[in-house]
Amino acid sequence: MNTELEAPPDDISDIRIDSVGDFTFPERNKYDSGFGLSEKTIDYICDVKGDPEWIREFRKKALKVFNDKPMPTHWATKDLENIKFDEFRYYLSDGQKPKKSWDDVPEDVKKTFDRLGIPEQERKFLAGVEAQYDSEAAYSNIKAAVSEQGVIFVNSTEGLHKHPEIFRKWFGKVIPTGDNKFSALNSAVFSGGSFIYVPPGVKVKHPLQAYFRINSEQFGQFERTLIIADEGSEIMYMEGCTAPKFDTATLHSAVVELVALKGAKIQYVTVQNWSSNVFNLVTKRGIAMEDAEVRWIDCNIGSRLTMKYPGVVMKGKGARGEVISIALANNGQHQDTGAKMIHAADNTTSNVISKSISIGQGRSTYRGLVHIPKHLKGCKNNTECDALLINSHSRTDTYPAISVRGNDHATQHEASVSQVSAEQIFYLMQRGLSEAEAMSLSVNGFINDLAKEFPMEYSVELKRLIDLEMEGSVG
Amino acid sequence: MSLVIKDLHARIAEREILKGLTLTIEPGKVHAIMGPNGSGKSTLSKVLCGHEDYQVTSGEVLLDGQNILDMSIDARSRAGLFLAFQYPHEIPGVSNANFIRAAKKARLPEGEDIDAVKFYKQLYARMDQLEMDRSFTSRSVNEGFSGGEKKRNEILQLMMLEPKYAVLDETDSGLDIDALKVVSRGVNAMRSEDRGFLVITHYQRLLDYIQPDIVHVLMDGKIVMTGEPSLALELEAKGYDWVQADDRALAA
Repeated sequence: MNTELEAPPDDISDIRIDSVGDFTFPERNKYDSGFGLSEKTIDYICDVKGDPEWIREFRKKALKVFNDKPMPTHWATKDLENIKFDEFRYYLSDGQKPKKSWDDVPEDVKKTFDRLGIPEQERKFLAGVEAQYDSEAAYSNIKAAVSEQGVIFVNSTEGLHKHPEIFRKWFGKVIPTGDNKFSALNSAVFSGGSFIYVPPGVKVKHPLQAYFRINSEQFGQFERTLIIADEGSEIMYMEGCTAPKFDTATLHSAVVELVALKGAKIQYVTVQNWSSNVFNLVTKRGIAMEDAEVRWIDCNIGSRLTMKYPGVVMKGKGARGEVISIALANNGQHQDTGAKMIHAADNTTSNVISKSISIGQGRSTYRGLVHIPKHLKGCKNNTECDALLINSHSRTDTYPAISVRGNDHATQHEASVSQVSAEQIFYLMQRGLSEAEAMSLSVNGFINDLAKEFPMEYSVELKRLIDLEMEGSVG
Repeated sequence: MSLVIKDLHARIAEREILKGLTLTIEPGKVHAIMGPNGSGKSTLSKVLCGHEDYQVTSGEVLLDGQNILDMSIDARSRAGLFLAFQYPHEIPGVSNANFIRAAKKARLPEGEDIDAVKFYKQLYARMDQLEMDRSFTSRSVNEGFSGGEKKRNEILQLMMLEPKYAVLDETDSGLDIDALKVVSRGVNAMRSEDRGFLVITHYQRLLDYIQPDIVHVLMDGKIVMTGEPSLALELEAKGYDWVQADDRALAA
């Protein structure tokens, strides 16, 4: 059909080259489950992936839960009703095995990295990266040092096929299928995402990275990530999502489960930049056992609607949970983000710092849940949420739900809303900065203390993304 | 080659504040404008820089022959106009060094960047002249600065951006005598053949340290008197009522 792509001889893809947008390249999908969602779709996915029978059952049960659960529109935005589940394709695969070296990565994928301006420094990191092209990993090269330490870093399919004894023990345990409608959807059709196991006492020096992107119009992406840090181990995982521009809505619904066993530390870093037609409905939660720590460092830019409330269940004594989050909502975007801190043992500590920026008609919402039951003692929570409004049309809402019982606990909640003042912009412009540069400097200043929490190359990218957003917002 | 203000009228909301102000600032000269509260001193500085609260109803402002009234705030700055603010704004989370660097970078052609080594060398030398501690490079712009520190920081920016014309708006307000000396030394170090100054002040005191070439008196939105530096001393001795009486005499 299109020979210049040099598709493999068994390629049955329906290649389309009429895509629009800066980041779009011809699609070349070997497997395509068609539109809509039914048991047949699931059988198709299982057959293609060679899933074991227990996964097929798991998926089918999840489909039933998904169909039975109502949309959570009694508290969430009505915009959810605009998702047309029948118009998506639920599985798409490149049909290629994960690549081992950078040279093997398809040119168009490299081109997207180019357009995103991923700095040289970051490309070096890519040597130790698993990057996702559509729903399967197109590139994977685990640094020798990491695997020598006994660390397993594979995609979720490989994880469940090759390491069922660890995978099955924790899969779906932190976030059960029925947690919410979208975790059920993910459980039914998941593909891609990472599976990581860090053996006891192993401290992974380099952050593990994965890039995700969507390249097929009307295709929902449902990665599933499971990270298990065994006793006393440490790991940082970085996830960056950048999507091409499309004409029609795209659905993204990931599930990420983290398990930090006794004394382990997990940091999960996300920088997301979705195009403004994406529904990004993500469930992320971690369990922290005794003296363990789970930190979510999260930055959400773009998308039509993002709903994401990373959580930590502090199950062991002395466990710590933290959510650091930055959200930026531009015109036509709604960032509905927050955190859930569930204290389930004595002397557990949680910290939530959230900063949101609303530009133009952009809307940001903070939802926080802190739960400390009566029978516990010595628990602490600190919550700070600050909102910055750029224009008078911008909107921000805060819905904190703090339920603390018992009297041996310390909780603290601070919230602020501020606006970039005309005088501040006048001052900056008098020094020669354009209005967009002035805005961008102010916004970067507002999130500066949180941006420092991101690894260096991510905070550089973050600054660049904010510059791009501000460029379009003035003039 | 001058900053020429011709018959400038400007208003805020419905109130006219500048009522036909005419003034020419030549490179190499320091002009001082004195005047009582409410005479339009600060308005003049903001109108020159293009503050959006003020509306120019008639008149012209030419910077080396170029009419700047149609230019954006930032374009005026890059054309060579600098304002040392009376109340410098705080910018939380943005370090002083990054701020000054961004301002310098805005003057370079697109795609070019500042040489970091040269930049810091220049910055440190200027900070030493102003007796500013090195910690000010990493502190957020003006956040938590004392009044005197803010004014020094304004002069530091003046020194780093090297404008053609600098307007100092009540730079002496809130300064003790030691700080006043340091700030003045910084300004004097920047005096040169190709740079003009407009020093706006309420009190004569500042002019002991930054000696002007010409002194103007601004009242009710107009320059009502222009003279030698000695005029400032006379004003200090006799007060603004003397000018008003004189002004009425002239008008009669």
